[in-house]
Amino acid sequence: MASKFFAEVNRKRCVSCGACTRECPRGAIRVWKGRYSIVDPLLCIGCGKCKQTCPADCIELKLREGGA
Amino acid sequence: MTRKKRWYDYLWIWPILYFALGFFNILFAWLGMIDFLLPLFIAIIGGNKFFCNRLCGRGQLFAVLPRALKCSRQKPAPAWLSSRRFRYAFLLFFLTMFGNIVHQTCLVYGGAKSLSEVVKLFWTFRVPWDWAYTAGATSDWIAEFSFGFYSLMLTSTLIGLIVMALYRPRTWCSFCPMGCMTQLICEIKSRGEQPD
Ligand code: SF4
Ligand code: SF4
Ligand code: SF4
Repeated sequence: MASKFFAEVNRKRCVSCGACTRECPRGAIRVWKGRYSIVDPLLCIGCGKCKQTCPADCIELKLREGGA
Repeated sequence: MTRKKRWYDYLWIWPILYFALGFFNILFAWLGMIDFLLPLFIAIIGGNKFFCNRLCGRGQLFAVLPRALKCSRQKPAPAWLSSRRFRYAFLLFFLTMFGNIVHQTCLVYGGAKSLSEVVKLFWTFRVPWDWAYTAGATSDWIAEFSFGFYSLMLTSTLIGLIVMALYRPRTWCSFCPMGCMTQLICEIKSRGEQPD
Protein backbone atom coordinates (compact mmCIF):
# COMPACT_ATOMS: atom_id res chain seq x y z
CA MET A 1 0.00 0.00 0.00
CA ALA A 2 2.18 2.83 -1.28
CA SER A 3 1.26 6.37 -0.39
CA LYS A 4 2.26 9.61 -2.00
CA PHE A 5 4.56 10.35 0.92
CA PHE A 6 7.93 9.00 1.95
CA ALA A 7 10.12 9.67 4.97
CA GLU A 8 13.32 11.67 4.82
CA VAL A 9 15.85 12.03 7.65
CA ASN A 10 17.72 15.24 8.42
CA ARG A 11 21.14 13.60 8.78
CA LYS A 12 22.66 16.57 10.59
CA ARG A 13 20.12 16.27 13.40
CA CYS A 14 19.82 12.48 13.65
CA VAL A 15 21.30 11.06 16.86
CA SER A 16 21.38 7.47 15.50
CA CYS A 17 19.39 6.09 18.43
CA GLY A 18 17.49 3.66 16.21
CA ALA A 19 14.08 4.36 17.78
CA CYS A 20 12.62 4.81 14.28
CA THR A 21 13.93 1.45 13.05
CA ARG A 22 11.98 -0.36 15.76
CA GLU A 23 8.69 1.23 14.72
CA CYS A 24 8.84 0.95 10.94
CA PRO A 25 6.33 -1.65 9.72
CA ARG A 26 8.29 -2.17 6.49
CA GLY A 27 11.88 -2.31 7.67
CA ALA A 28 12.44 0.69 5.41
CA ILE A 29 14.64 2.69 7.75
CA ARG A 30 18.02 1.69 9.20
CA VAL A 31 20.91 3.33 11.01
CA TRP A 32 23.92 3.67 8.72
CA LYS A 33 27.23 2.92 10.43
CA GLY A 34 26.07 4.38 13.73
CA ARG A 35 25.89 7.87 12.21
CA TYR A 36 22.37 8.55 10.99
CA SER A 37 19.27 6.84 9.70
CA ILE A 38 18.57 6.33 6.02
CA VAL A 39 15.25 5.46 4.40
CA ASP A 40 14.74 3.15 1.45
CA PRO A 41 12.11 5.14 -0.48
CA LEU A 42 11.10 2.03 -2.41
CA LEU A 43 10.09 0.23 0.79
CA CYS A 44 8.70 3.25 2.65
CA ILE A 45 4.91 3.59 2.61
CA GLY A 46 4.90 7.03 4.21
CA CYS A 47 3.00 5.91 7.31
CA GLY A 48 4.85 8.42 9.53
CA LYS A 49 5.45 6.03 12.45
CA CYS A 50 9.16 6.82 12.40
CA LYS A 51 8.44 10.54 12.44
CA GLN A 52 6.12 10.22 15.44
CA THR A 53 8.68 8.30 17.45
CA CYS A 54 11.89 10.22 16.62
CA PRO A 55 13.16 11.90 19.81
CA ALA A 56 15.23 14.38 17.81
CA ASP A 57 12.23 15.22 15.61
CA CYS A 58 14.42 15.00 12.52
CA ILE A 59 12.17 13.06 10.11
CA GLU A 60 9.95 14.75 7.54
CA LEU A 61 7.34 13.22 5.26
CA LYS A 62 7.93 14.39 1.72
CA LEU A 63 5.62 14.24 -1.25
CA ARG A 64 6.81 11.82 -3.92
CA GLU A 65 7.46 13.23 -7.34
CA GLY A 66 4.25 13.02 -9.30
CA GLY A 67 2.39 12.09 -6.11
CA ALA A 68 0.41 15.30 -5.75
CA MET B 1 5.61 -6.87 8.42
CA THR B 2 6.14 -6.97 12.16
CA ARG B 3 9.64 -7.85 13.25
CA LYS B 4 9.93 -11.15 15.10
CA LYS B 5 10.79 -10.65 18.78
CA ARG B 6 14.36 -11.53 19.65
CA TRP B 7 15.92 -12.20 23.03
CA TYR B 8 17.32 -8.69 23.13
CA ASP B 9 13.87 -7.16 22.83
CA TYR B 10 13.34 -7.99 26.48
CA LEU B 11 16.40 -6.17 27.81
CA TRP B 12 14.18 -3.41 29.28
CA ILE B 13 14.07 -5.78 32.26
CA TRP B 14 17.77 -5.12 32.86
CA PRO B 15 17.57 -1.55 34.30
CA ILE B 16 14.71 -2.61 36.59
CA LEU B 17 16.75 -5.57 37.82
CA TYR B 18 19.84 -3.39 38.18
CA PHE B 19 18.16 -0.81 40.41
CA ALA B 20 16.42 -3.52 42.44
CA LEU B 21 19.71 -5.34 43.07
CA GLY B 22 21.46 -2.10 44.01
CA PHE B 23 18.64 -1.24 46.38
CA PHE B 24 19.45 -4.31 48.46
CA ASN B 25 23.17 -4.52 47.87
CA ILE B 26 25.00 -1.50 46.54
CA LEU B 27 27.92 -3.57 45.29
CA PHE B 28 25.76 -4.68 42.34
CA ALA B 29 26.19 -1.10 41.07
CA TRP B 30 29.44 -2.25 39.47
CA LEU B 31 27.37 -4.23 36.94
CA GLY B 32 26.44 -0.85 35.46
CA MET B 33 29.93 -0.70 34.01
CA ILE B 34 28.61 -3.07 31.33
CA ASP B 35 26.35 -0.25 30.10
CA PHE B 36 29.36 2.03 30.09
CA LEU B 37 31.95 -0.19 28.43
CA LEU B 38 29.94 -2.40 26.06
CA PRO B 39 28.60 0.47 23.86
CA LEU B 40 32.11 1.92 23.61
CA PHE B 41 33.58 -1.48 22.78
CA ILE B 42 30.96 -2.13 20.06
CA ALA B 43 31.45 1.35 18.57
CA ILE B 44 35.25 1.11 18.57
CA ILE B 45 35.46 -2.45 17.22
CA GLY B 46 32.32 -2.65 15.09
CA GLY B 47 31.93 1.00 14.09
CA ASN B 48 28.19 0.89 14.78
CA LYS B 49 25.59 1.65 17.44
CA PHE B 50 24.28 -1.88 17.81
CA PHE B 51 24.14 -1.26 21.55
CA CYS B 52 21.77 1.73 21.24
CA ASN B 53 19.88 0.24 18.33
CA ARG B 54 19.27 -3.20 19.85
CA LEU B 55 20.80 -3.90 23.25
CA CYS B 56 20.20 -0.90 25.48
CA GLY B 57 17.73 -1.79 28.20
CA ARG B 58 17.29 1.79 29.29
CA GLY B 59 16.31 2.99 25.82
CA GLN B 60 13.86 0.09 25.60
CA LEU B 61 12.40 0.85 29.02
CA PHE B 62 11.61 4.42 27.93
CA ALA B 63 9.79 2.99 24.91
CA VAL B 64 8.00 0.18 26.76
CA LEU B 65 6.67 2.19 29.74
CA PRO B 66 4.61 4.73 27.76
CA ARG B 67 3.19 1.89 25.66
CA ALA B 68 2.02 0.07 28.77
CA LEU B 69 1.09 2.99 31.01
CA LYS B 70 0.33 5.82 28.57
CA CYS B 71 2.64 8.03 30.58
CA SER B 72 4.16 10.18 27.84
CA ARG B 73 2.78 13.34 26.31
CA GLN B 74 4.32 12.23 22.99
CA LYS B 75 5.23 15.84 22.14
CA PRO B 76 8.40 16.81 20.27
CA ALA B 77 11.08 18.08 22.65
CA PRO B 78 12.65 21.54 22.18
CA ALA B 79 15.21 21.35 19.36
CA TRP B 80 18.11 22.55 21.53
CA LEU B 81 17.87 19.35 23.59
CA SER B 82 19.13 17.32 20.63
CA SER B 83 21.49 19.97 19.28
CA ARG B 84 25.17 19.13 18.95
CA ARG B 85 26.12 21.94 21.28
CA PHE B 86 23.92 20.75 24.14
CA ARG B 87 24.80 17.09 23.61
CA TYR B 88 28.55 17.77 23.75
CA ALA B 89 28.16 20.01 26.80
CA PHE B 90 26.10 17.35 28.57
CA LEU B 91 28.63 14.67 27.63
CA LEU B 92 31.42 16.79 29.07
CA PHE B 93 29.44 17.38 32.25
CA PHE B 94 28.74 13.67 32.58
CA LEU B 95 32.35 12.67 32.06
CA THR B 96 33.40 15.26 34.65
CA MET B 97 30.92 13.79 37.13
CA PHE B 98 32.22 10.31 36.38
CA GLY B 99 35.77 11.60 36.88
CA ASN B 100 34.68 12.96 40.25
CA ILE B 101 33.39 9.51 41.29
CA VAL B 102 36.76 8.02 40.37
CA HIS B 103 38.52 10.81 42.30
CA GLN B 104 36.40 10.23 45.44
CA THR B 105 37.10 6.50 45.12
CA CYS B 106 40.85 7.23 45.00
CA LEU B 107 40.58 9.43 48.10
CA VAL B 108 38.87 6.63 50.02
CA TYR B 109 41.45 4.15 48.74
CA GLY B 110 44.25 6.42 49.96
CA GLY B 111 42.57 6.94 53.34
CA ALA B 112 42.09 10.70 52.81
CA LYS B 113 38.31 10.38 53.02
CA SER B 114 35.93 8.00 54.71
CA LEU B 115 33.23 6.00 52.92
CA SER B 116 29.91 7.84 52.55
CA GLU B 117 26.97 5.48 52.43
CA VAL B 118 24.65 7.83 50.56
CA VAL B 119 23.13 7.99 47.10
CA LYS B 120 23.35 11.48 45.67
CA LEU B 121 20.44 12.35 43.38
CA PHE B 122 20.78 15.04 40.71
CA TRP B 123 24.28 15.67 42.07
CA THR B 124 22.65 17.54 44.98
CA PHE B 125 20.29 15.56 47.21
CA ARG B 126 21.96 13.11 49.57
CA VAL B 127 19.72 10.12 50.27
CA PRO B 128 20.82 7.76 53.06
CA TRP B 129 21.29 4.27 51.59
CA ASP B 130 23.17 2.51 54.40
CA TRP B 131 20.91 -0.59 54.47
CA ALA B 132 22.40 -1.62 51.15
CA TYR B 133 25.90 -2.09 52.55
CA THR B 134 27.37 -3.86 55.56
CA ALA B 135 30.49 -2.02 56.69
CA GLY B 136 33.58 -4.11 56.19
CA ALA B 137 31.93 -6.45 53.65
CA THR B 138 34.59 -5.39 51.18
CA SER B 139 37.23 -2.67 50.78
CA ASP B 140 35.78 0.78 51.38
CA TRP B 141 36.88 2.11 47.99
CA ILE B 142 34.89 -0.62 46.20
CA ALA B 143 31.79 0.44 48.12
CA GLU B 144 32.52 4.15 47.55
CA PHE B 145 32.56 3.64 43.79
CA SER B 146 29.35 1.60 44.04
CA PHE B 147 27.46 4.42 45.79
CA GLY B 148 28.79 7.00 43.33
CA PHE B 149 28.07 4.99 40.22
CA TYR B 150 24.62 3.93 41.40
CA SER B 151 23.85 7.62 42.01
CA LEU B 152 24.89 8.47 38.46
CA MET B 153 22.82 5.65 36.97
CA LEU B 154 19.75 6.49 39.07
CA THR B 155 19.98 10.22 38.37
CA SER B 156 20.31 9.75 34.62
CA THR B 157 17.40 7.30 34.59
CA LEU B 158 15.24 9.76 36.54
CA ILE B 159 16.08 12.54 34.06
CA GLY B 160 15.21 10.08 31.28
CA LEU B 161 11.86 9.29 32.90
CA ILE B 162 11.03 12.99 33.30
CA VAL B 163 11.72 13.80 29.63
CA MET B 164 9.95 10.58 28.63
CA ALA B 165 6.81 11.86 30.37
CA LEU B 166 7.13 15.43 29.09
CA TYR B 167 8.09 14.75 25.48
CA ARG B 168 8.51 11.69 23.28
CA PRO B 169 9.27 8.37 25.01
CA ARG B 170 12.93 8.13 24.02
CA THR B 171 13.82 11.82 24.40
CA TRP B 172 16.65 10.88 26.78
CA CYS B 173 18.35 9.15 23.83
CA SER B 174 18.60 12.45 21.97
CA PHE B 175 21.12 13.75 24.52
CA CYS B 176 22.31 10.58 26.29
CA PRO B 177 26.08 10.85 26.83
CA MET B 178 26.67 7.23 25.80
CA GLY B 179 24.65 7.67 22.62
CA CYS B 180 26.54 10.87 21.87
CA MET B 181 29.94 9.37 22.54
CA THR B 182 29.30 6.26 20.44
CA GLN B 183 27.93 8.33 17.55
CA LEU B 184 31.10 10.43 17.65
CA ILE B 185 33.27 7.31 17.54
CA CYS B 186 31.27 5.95 14.59
CA GLU B 187 31.61 9.26 12.76
CA ILE B 188 35.36 9.23 13.20
CA LYS B 189 35.59 5.58 12.12
CA SER B 190 33.68 6.09 8.88
CA ARG B 191 35.01 9.55 8.06
CA GLY B 192 34.64 10.44 4.38
CA GLU B 193 32.34 7.49 3.61
CA GLN B 194 28.86 7.88 2.17
CA PRO B 195 25.96 5.40 2.13
CA ASP B 196 25.38 3.75 -1.29
S1 SF4 C 1 7.21 6.47 7.04
FE1 SF4 C 1 6.57 4.44 7.79
S2 SF4 C 1 7.31 3.02 6.24
FE2 SF4 C 1 8.39 4.94 5.88
S3 SF4 C 1 10.29 4.69 7.01
FE3 SF4 C 1 8.85 5.73 8.36
S4 SF4 C 1 7.91 4.09 9.56
FE4 SF4 C 1 8.91 3.14 7.77
S1 SF4 D 1 14.63 8.05 15.68
FE1 SF4 D 1 15.33 9.99 14.77
S2 SF4 D 1 17.25 10.41 15.80
FE2 SF4 D 1 16.80 8.27 16.22
S3 SF4 D 1 17.86 7.17 14.56
FE3 SF4 D 1 15.79 7.52 13.85
S4 SF4 D 1 15.92 9.44 12.67
FE4 SF4 D 1 17.76 9.32 13.93
S1 SF4 E 1 21.16 6.78 23.57
FE1 SF4 E 1 21.68 6.08 25.67
S2 SF4 E 1 19.77 5.38 26.59
FE2 SF4 E 1 19.41 5.62 24.39
S3 SF4 E 1 19.75 3.59 23.56
FE3 SF4 E 1 21.73 4.65 23.44
S4 SF4 E 1 22.85 4.22 25.33
FE4 SF4 E 1 20.69 3.62 25.61
